[in-house]
Amino acid sequence: MAPRTLFEKVWDAHQVQAETADTPAVLYIDLHLVHEVTSPQAFSELRARGLGVRRPERTLATMDHSTPTLPSGADGRWPFADPQAAAQVQRLEQNCADFGVELHPLGSPRQGIVHVMGPELGATQPGMTVVCGDSHTATHGAFGALAFGIGTSEVGHVLASQCLLQRRPRTLAVKVDGTLRGGVTAKDLVLAIIARLGVGGGTGHVLEYLGPAVRALSMEARMTLCNMSIEAGARAGMVAPDDTTFQWLAGRSRVPSGAAWDAAVARWRSLPSDPGARYDREMALDASALEPMITWGTNPGQGIAVTGRVPDPAAEKEAAARASAEAALRYMGLRPGQAIAGQPVQVVFVGSCTNGRIEDLRAAAQVLRGRKVQTRTLVVPGSMAVKKLAEAEGLDRVVREAGAEWREPGCSMCIGMNGDVIAAGQYCVSTSNRNFEGRQGQGGRTLLASPYTAAASAVAGAVADPRPLLEGR
Amino acid sequence: MNPIRVIESRTVVLPRENVDTDQIIPARFLKTTSKEGLGRSLFADWRYDSAGTPRPEFVLNQPATQGCQVLVAGDNFGCGSSREHAPWALVDFGIRAVISTSVADIFRNNALKNGLVPVVVDAAAHQKLLSAPGAPVRIDLESRTVTLPDGSRASFPIDGFARYCLMNGVDELGFLLSQGEAIDRFERSR
Repeated sequence: MAPRTLFEKVWDAHQVQAETADTPAVLYIDLHLVHEVTSPQAFSELRARGLGVRRPERTLATMDHSTPTLPSGADGRWPFADPQAAAQVQRLEQNCADFGVELHPLGSPRQGIVHVMGPELGATQPGMTVVCGDSHTATHGAFGALAFGIGTSEVGHVLASQCLLQRRPRTLAVKVDGTLRGGVTAKDLVLAIIARLGVGGGTGHVLEYLGPAVRALSMEARMTLCNMSIEAGARAGMVAPDDTTFQWLAGRSRVPSGAAWDAAVARWRSLPSDPGARYDREMALDASALEPMITWGTNPGQGIAVTGRVPDPAAEKEAAARASAEAALRYMGLRPGQAIAGQPVQVVFVGSCTNGRIEDLRAAAQVLRGRKVQTRTLVVPGSMAVKKLAEAEGLDRVVREAGAEWREPGCSMCIGMNGDVIAAGQYCVSTSNRNFEGRQGQGGRTLLASPYTAAASAVAGAVADPRPLLEGR
Repeated sequence: MNPIRVIESRTVVLPRENVDTDQIIPARFLKTTSKEGLGRSLFADWRYDSAGTPRPEFVLNQPATQGCQVLVAGDNFGCGSSREHAPWALVDFGIRAVISTSVADIFRNNALKNGLVPVVVDAAAHQKLLSAPGAPVRIDLESRTVTLPDGSRASFPIDGFARYCLMNGVDELGFLLSQGEAIDRFERSR
């Protein structure tokens, strides 16, 4: 057999029907993650057609997007942003009960952001196909799964048939040589990759992240990397599984144990791309050359080093790109050529499916320890499990003593549909994934960065390079 | 879904690149459990000021664009989140086709499920459309062509199956459910 890539192996193993010129492939889905925002209309469609969920045991639900991150009151009631949000969450409870889907509801010990919870439970495994009505499903590619976001109609398709109609995407190898230097994280790496590829550069492709710098990343960091693949327009991002992956998964509730675990690991070891496997495109990057990154504009491709200057739109050769950069600067209220470090900020957000895992909170706490924040600062664990672990390590105390808020798990300020928003005109250094206009609140201005950079900016009250603080300077 | 063969309309032109789904419909409007009535929230933060008053300078608020069913937008339209609320809002508003030089993957998939035709043309054809807002165009799915303001025609690629579904009003779920035996076999074989 010709050498195959990781993607090709996973794709081939899930074809119920191969694609033809006339019809797309019928692709089998191993794991379907469900949340409250993109599922209600899909369940309504099932009811309207008298259909059930074909494989409830392959379906796993939680609530995260429209849920409050302030604790419930003494009466047990949650402070929802509005009655509509509460109704949406109730609808998910009802749908899961009616269709026999496992749900981790608000306040339960495994609840969390869907892309944090799935891996924690060991539900996401190498070689699987994973989908969710959420574009950041790409996160699960960190385990060597083919994981991608779908719309609500497709959520209905998977609920009813456990399959999707898909055309085979192309592949793009992203080879990262060298070693990330101190204070430079997977978030900085992925922002650099997106800056290079552009926000549409990965369209139609599945990315595979390769090379020594990727091998050296922890699972948390690999999830951050894969998570933002969609911000380059890619369907998915993948990292081949290795011992780091297997060690992280061992003992989790949904992974096999004993002889079945050994058999699974043996199977997973055959997943990495074969020597000589061909990709449709390739790009290479040197991790050693990277500095902490931050965005200055209104799409995630508009990133620069935190030591850099806001680019001048006049330098753009194409008229459309120039207009887009000018519009971004107007919205952001930044000047061409200004140093981005030192730009005053009013809000800092640490959390989200990009950077809401334990390592991210440790990174933020490392910077905040013994210091005071100058901004409104929210630190939001990605899940109940992350929160519990962080509290056992005393991170909540570090956060509170610095003057920051320690919240309940959820998407929070990444999406701003749950009561956690920034005000019009405010600047927010955010560890989330999107700096689109109004993403964190109408008129709000988002600068995407790592947890280190976000925490350092909270301490400075302005965009700051975290490295001096990390080095104790 | 109603079969679609030809769409004839004047265009409304939104020349921005990378129009993301958060602009098409901001997240605060996603708390609904229905698909209905989202057209009023289409492009909400560009269309209305903070008091909810329509901004007269925004193209969709201008009298000349009322009733236009074809949106011409900049490169990489529909990037960002997977929210199907984006095509629901466009369709509810009355848009039936989006023309650009590229359309984001998830948005394209979502659009096709809702009878919203994504039309990807080359830069030259795109330029002709951008420079003639309000011009009449004719999108023909049979010949996979769009007739441009100068009378010339540009072809556009569209997946054969997606085109078949659009032209015959076939919904994909019906097709998937007809594969039940093959899915059973696949599950037994693993």
